[in-house]
Amino acid sequence: MNTQNLMLIDPHIHMTSRTTDDYERMRQAGIVAIIEPAFWLGQPRTEPGSFKDYFSSLVGWERFRASQFGIKHYCTIGLNSKEANNEALAEQVMELLPLFVCKEGVVGIGEIGYDDQTPIEDKYFRAQLELAKEVNMPVQVHTPHRDKKAGTIKSMEVCLEHGIAPDMVVIDHNNEETVKDVLDRGFWAAFTIYPNSKMGNERMVEIVKQYGSERIIVNSSADWGVSDPLSVPKTASLMLERGISIEDVRKTCYQNALDSFGKSGQMHESDWLQGTNVDQREKFSDNSVLRGGQTPVVGEVSATGQMDSNIVR
Amino acid sequence: MYQADIYATTTFLKEVLERSTTTQGLAWLTQKTELIASGAAQPKDLYLAFSAAPRFVGKAPLHLTQHDHATAQQIRPGFDPGRWNAAQAARTMLILSLPHQDGQAFKEQIETLFNTADMGELVALYAALPLLPHPELFRGRAAEGFRTNMGDVFEAVALDNPYPADYMEEDAWNNMVLKTLFVGKPIFRIYGIEKRRNVKLARILSDYAHERWAAGRPVSPELWRPVGPFINEAILADIQKLFSQPNELEQLAAALACSESSSSSARELLDAHPQLKARVEDGEITWNLIGTRNLQLN
Repeated sequence: MNTQNLMLIDPHIHMTSRTTDDYERMRQAGIVAIIEPAFWLGQPRTEPGSFKDYFSSLVGWERFRASQFGIKHYCTIGLNSKEANNEALAEQVMELLPLFVCKEGVVGIGEIGYDDQTPIEDKYFRAQLELAKEVNMPVQVHTPHRDKKAGTIKSMEVCLEHGIAPDMVVIDHNNEETVKDVLDRGFWAAFTIYPNSKMGNERMVEIVKQYGSERIIVNSSADWGVSDPLSVPKTASLMLERGISIEDVRKTCYQNALDSFGKSGQMHESDWLQGTNVDQREKFSDNSVLRGGQTPVVGEVSATGQMDSNIVR
Repeated sequence: MYQADIYATTTFLKEVLERSTTTQGLAWLTQKTELIASGAAQPKDLYLAFSAAPRFVGKAPLHLTQHDHATAQQIRPGFDPGRWNAAQAARTMLILSLPHQDGQAFKEQIETLFNTADMGELVALYAALPLLPHPELFRGRAAEGFRTNMGDVFEAVALDNPYPADYMEEDAWNNMVLKTLFVGKPIFRIYGIEKRRNVKLARILSDYAHERWAAGRPVSPELWRPVGPFINEAILADIQKLFSQPNELEQLAAALACSESSSSSARELLDAHPQLKARVEDGEITWNLIGTRNLQLN
């Protein structure tokens, strides 16, 4: 794997389910920042207190854990579509959201949207779009696994109906069938590189070849299931190997994530450049390598490739 | 009911904050503190302002003059906002604006903030403990703070904070001191470390030193700071060992601990090291010096 020492962002990854080995390998592979959307935990929660503690851990413990490996951790906060179907619980979770959405490092409302596309999911998707509008935050939209294309289009139409600008919305988990609709409407199109489902990264390379790098974002969505926290670096590496320009790789694996979620005002390149500066000074005593105006090389980005292959199928 | 006069505290914080934020930031804060103090505010007003403080006042470090440090000490002995930032000062002012005549209601609001806090908020809340009205209601919360594994949060509650020395029961206090050593933080930044020395803590610290020695790990020379007045036969053997350690700071700690003991065997042990004894008697060696030097080595 060779990412030519690019700084990378994984804007969708559920680190609460991952180990410190993952953090270490992600950092070595060049990931400087991540966004952890609030999602479900594999089985439904039955108490609002479980949500409260989960949201707290996203802005507290998990952020600290990431910092121990030199990675800046951000999150999006929201009620996911699956659990929205428990209406009594959903009402109470909605009351919790204002406690969290304005916290430092919260870069959006997410991941929200449709799963089974039920009327109750629709109700809470809309309520959270209103909240996003009220606090002027980006929205991270989970698109359904089933009846995907129609669900994706519906998600965008509902956003527009609520007066949310397309450039404030990241539509996630796209594929060849949905990408054109999303880009044509002016939304950000994110792609999840997931072994065996969603997208493989060879397909991702073809999409970037066809559509370019404008408003296209790569992520791993790694979680508690079979998934790969190195999907973004592996895809960056594969794109470079297959002749995609380094500028296009930088946009799809770094800059577009920063530009979209940066609209929250809670995510700045200086967050990790300055943070790393301090780290490096601590590590290497007097050697202040990252002073003003220089192009920063962040940390010891290993490009030696511990992985046998950079392909995710 | 009060540890610190609230008007004096907020006036002071505002003066200091003025130098580390913008006019707009200060105007935003004034408006929010007035709203919260009026009693007409919804709970949501406090939550949102408390969370959003860094967006409006920034996070620049506070710059305290000598005079400011003296004022802080006058307001509340041990109060030391020298490492605070703008958002932290603003958050402290926000919670000090809350109506607090009803102690339980006040506690509930503070606990709600704690229970949903991010790292920066936790730091602000714990560091504000020595300024809050109804301090006796927050012992359990401070003990909870000692259990954290987030470094900055632990520092906020345990270091440069006079609340634990003034309010914590002995067991919780001892646990805090031990954990400070355990996580490698400096003992000399614990306010009241001398005042709260006790025989049980001395025994716990000696046991901990033995555990470290058994594992072949270094023992902080600061570990012996609370031990001196409680040197008994068992601990005397530890001190003897310290005198023969290659690390000079450990020898200094041994001499200082002996000088603080009323036991005749400890006195005799010190007499056996006349050079160190002379330096102790000159006042050259202090625990703060040992702590500072030890920090520089690590």
